[in-house]
Amino acid sequence: MSRTLHTFKGGVHPPEHKSESNSRPIHAAPVPRELVIPMRQHMGSPAKPVVGVGERVLKGQLIGEADGYISSAVHASSSGIVRAIGLAAVPHVSGLPDECITIETDGLDEWIDHAPLDYRAMEPSDLRMRLRDMGLAGLGGAVFPSAVKLDPGARHHCPTLIINGGECEPWITCDDVLMRHHAGDILQGVAVMRHLLGSTEILIGIEDNKPEAIAAMQAAATMMDFAVEVVTLPTIYPAGGAKQMIEMLTGKQVPSGKLSTDIGIQVFNVGTAHALARAVHHGEPLISRLVTVTGHVLRPQNFDVLIGTPMQVLIDLAGDRDGSTGVLMGGPMMGMPMPHTIPHGLQPVADRSPLVGDLGVPVVKATNCILVQSKELFPPLPKALPCIRCIRCADACPAELQPQELFRFAKAGDFGRAQEYHLFDCIECGCCSYVCPSHIPLVDFYRYAKSEIWTREKEKRAADLARERHEFRQFRLEREKKEKAEKLAAKAQAKRAELAATPADERAAPTDADAKKALIAAALARAQAKKAEAAPKNIEHLAPDTQREINEIEARRAKIREMARQPLEPEEKT
Amino acid sequence: MPSPFILDRSSVTQVMAWVLAALLPGIAAYVWLFGPGILVTLALATVTALAGEAAMLKARGYPAKPFLLDLSAIVTAWLLALSLPALAPWWLIVTGTLFAIIVAKHLYGGLGQNIFNPAMVGYAVLIVSFPLQMTQWPGPLSLTDAPLTLAQSASVIFGGDLPKAVLDAVTMATPLDALRTGLLQQYTVDEIMTRPIFGHYGGVGFEWLAGAFLFGGLVLWALRIISWHVPLAFLAGIWLAAGFLHFFDAGRFGAPWFHLFAPSVMLGAFFIATDPVSGATTPRGKLIFGFGAGLLTIIIRTWGGYPDGVAFAILLMNLAVPLIDQYTQPRVYGTDTRRSKAPPA
Repeated sequence: MSRTLHTFKGGVHPPEHKSESNSRPIHAAPVPRELVIPMRQHMGSPAKPVVGVGERVLKGQLIGEADGYISSAVHASSSGIVRAIGLAAVPHVSGLPDECITIETDGLDEWIDHAPLDYRAMEPSDLRMRLRDMGLAGLGGAVFPSAVKLDPGARHHCPTLIINGGECEPWITCDDVLMRHHAGDILQGVAVMRHLLGSTEILIGIEDNKPEAIAAMQAAATMMDFAVEVVTLPTIYPAGGAKQMIEMLTGKQVPSGKLSTDIGIQVFNVGTAHALARAVHHGEPLISRLVTVTGHVLRPQNFDVLIGTPMQVLIDLAGDRDGSTGVLMGGPMMGMPMPHTIPHGLQPVADRSPLVGDLGVPVVKATNCILVQSKELFPPLPKALPCIRCIRCADACPAELQPQELFRFAKAGDFGRAQEYHLFDCIECGCCSYVCPSHIPLVDFYRYAKSEIWTREKEKRAADLARERHEFRQFRLEREKKEKAEKLAAKAQAKRAELAATPADERAAPTDADAKKALIAAALARAQAKKAEAAPKNIEHLAPDTQREINEIEARRAKIREMARQPLEPEEKT
Repeated sequence: MPSPFILDRSSVTQVMAWVLAALLPGIAAYVWLFGPGILVTLALATVTALAGEAAMLKARGYPAKPFLLDLSAIVTAWLLALSLPALAPWWLIVTGTLFAIIVAKHLYGGLGQNIFNPAMVGYAVLIVSFPLQMTQWPGPLSLTDAPLTLAQSASVIFGGDLPKAVLDAVTMATPLDALRTGLLQQYTVDEIMTRPIFGHYGGVGFEWLAGAFLFGGLVLWALRIISWHVPLAFLAGIWLAAGFLHFFDAGRFGAPWFHLFAPSVMLGAFFIATDPVSGATTPRGKLIFGFGAGLLTIIIRTWGGYPDGVAFAILLMNLAVPLIDQYTQPRVYGTDTRRSKAPPA
């Protein structure tokens, strides 16, 4: 290829460990007895369950609908009976359970009616909504709803479309084998993306440690009716990071705080393109994906896995071994540890006994790799020493940050300075921690600083909002008081007029009582307003988990309030 | 445990071990050219540094093992020892080393926290407090008749009763000292340079020692333990400042090559100014730091009260590091301009 490649600053060369798993053919994992399908597998709002417990669902049937624009639907991966809807263990770094639909499979694997889409004939916005309802989300790791990314926005086209086959994380090979075996499908998906984005330049970036994948993609590219350039990239972590890949292929940097579409570039993972092709040409929603199972297992390999399959099933298939010290979802640089046992207070999945070390969490759309750790492959990290400012981290940082300064600020709690030094441009790739001779878990400090800053901003916004509300309430009370006084005056006037009009003996003396009632009503209103003010401040933009928790508590509170108010109501009504 | 789950095989110990290893050619040249006395100084400084480090770690409630094994105390000890006259009395070595470890390192917060290079603080304290004892430099063997053996050197260092005549026979003024006193006595540089102590570029023997330090420094650079910025800028600062003055008045100012080929300059450029803890961290900052230190070295050598100025120059630049770093922050990915914000009020 004649394309001049650019380089990004920094990067590291960790041992690749690709050959363990990339030579075996893709193995279709069997339908498990039970599927646990989380409602939150993508960025954005979680899906809303649309089936009931006891209902029979078919393979590919919608069980959770997208909730909002940035959301994605969730489908039954196989046919069976819905056994539970509620909290279950999910692969999340917090280890907290989340809403899932548990399906007891019937082994029939019976498909729901589905048909290919004639995407060229469809309105682009309709097509995007269809894709959202088919659960399409980025399979590279971030799981961003693809329909949103396929919207070129106000510019109406996105000239450059990059297909990311970098797969720079060690151990993971699912994209590699996908490209080797399904290059044609990937390009079919690319055709749909090109159609929606109006792209004129299509680049597929693949690291040079995947020659078979490059050859397969090049061969498939010649069959397409549009130009596709397969570009071989040097193997360096994190070349598969979207921003790094953009820089290598185009020499452009995504401006800080902006999206790549702002410079006319959109990036999709090869797995996403493949899933898109399945959705459009076969009408299949996203219910399965390739998962690399590697590390401390007998037969490291790639599986075609139904979403919701318990991870332990795959580890068993690949050959569980004694001496495993943990399981990572993802690679060793950015992956997250999976909880060992089923969280306290939750029922184990089906009739499986919750063995120690048994992995109850399911495969989700983000699961590209299940990496089983052992003491030999992943020796315990040495204790951290103080920073000696050697700036190997700065040399390795692909975001061109000064990690040693960010560390200093984060440690000192000086989050303002950390932000000034572009903390939020950190992509948490882990290069800094990897090279640190003092073995400082730098990325952890950045995550901590980021979450602290988010919390503070939330609190500040909440305080601002509370102040605004308070001021508005003062204004409203003032106004109500005035209105009430005017009303009373008007009423009294009317009464007086009425009295003047009616004969004297028909006069009663209810005016006094009326005024008293009005006073009581006003006092009640004041008391209620006070109560409302004492209620917790509304907090915007919470993490979805926290938001959900708050919502539940709020609902309970509202009920109690409702109950408390009832005895008062007759009085108010009089 | 959060990601990443793998680490490169690097460690502070490894970094420090390489620094020590890179000093070995210099030490070998030292022994070859000036006799084995330096080995006694090195050993004494090492033992003192480790003892001081252990005591301070204990006093501060830190675990001794990981911090003693990081070898940073030994690096400090060696750098100080190589800066001291090889026949300096034992108490001078102990005082300097303890001051470096206890005050300059641990009272500032220990490994990674010291603002000043500890070895240079130790050196500065000694030269300010004990200027006379800081002149007991052994002359190059080629110029002395009866070189001291290891035992004799040890006996000198530990206050043995070596006849003064013998001692006078082996110690002599360093080339920088000779230049300084010569200039004070109204000799011209050319006249001074004809004395036997002066060799091709620097002093006899001294220039080779400088070469050995340069070699060790280049090894560190090749291994990416240090970057090229500080040494190059430091040497450039020396060469340009000295060259400017020499060009201006060759009779009163030493030649740039002479200034460059002093062992203190090569040691300073590659081993001391490159100390990451007390040096600048940004690429542009490193250039400013190194160049400033080189410039100050020549200024102090020329107009200051001491024959050499490397230690003071580096300490002065250490002071400026927070400021330099603040104003030389490199461009961040996806941003247009270099970030140079005023410090917050």
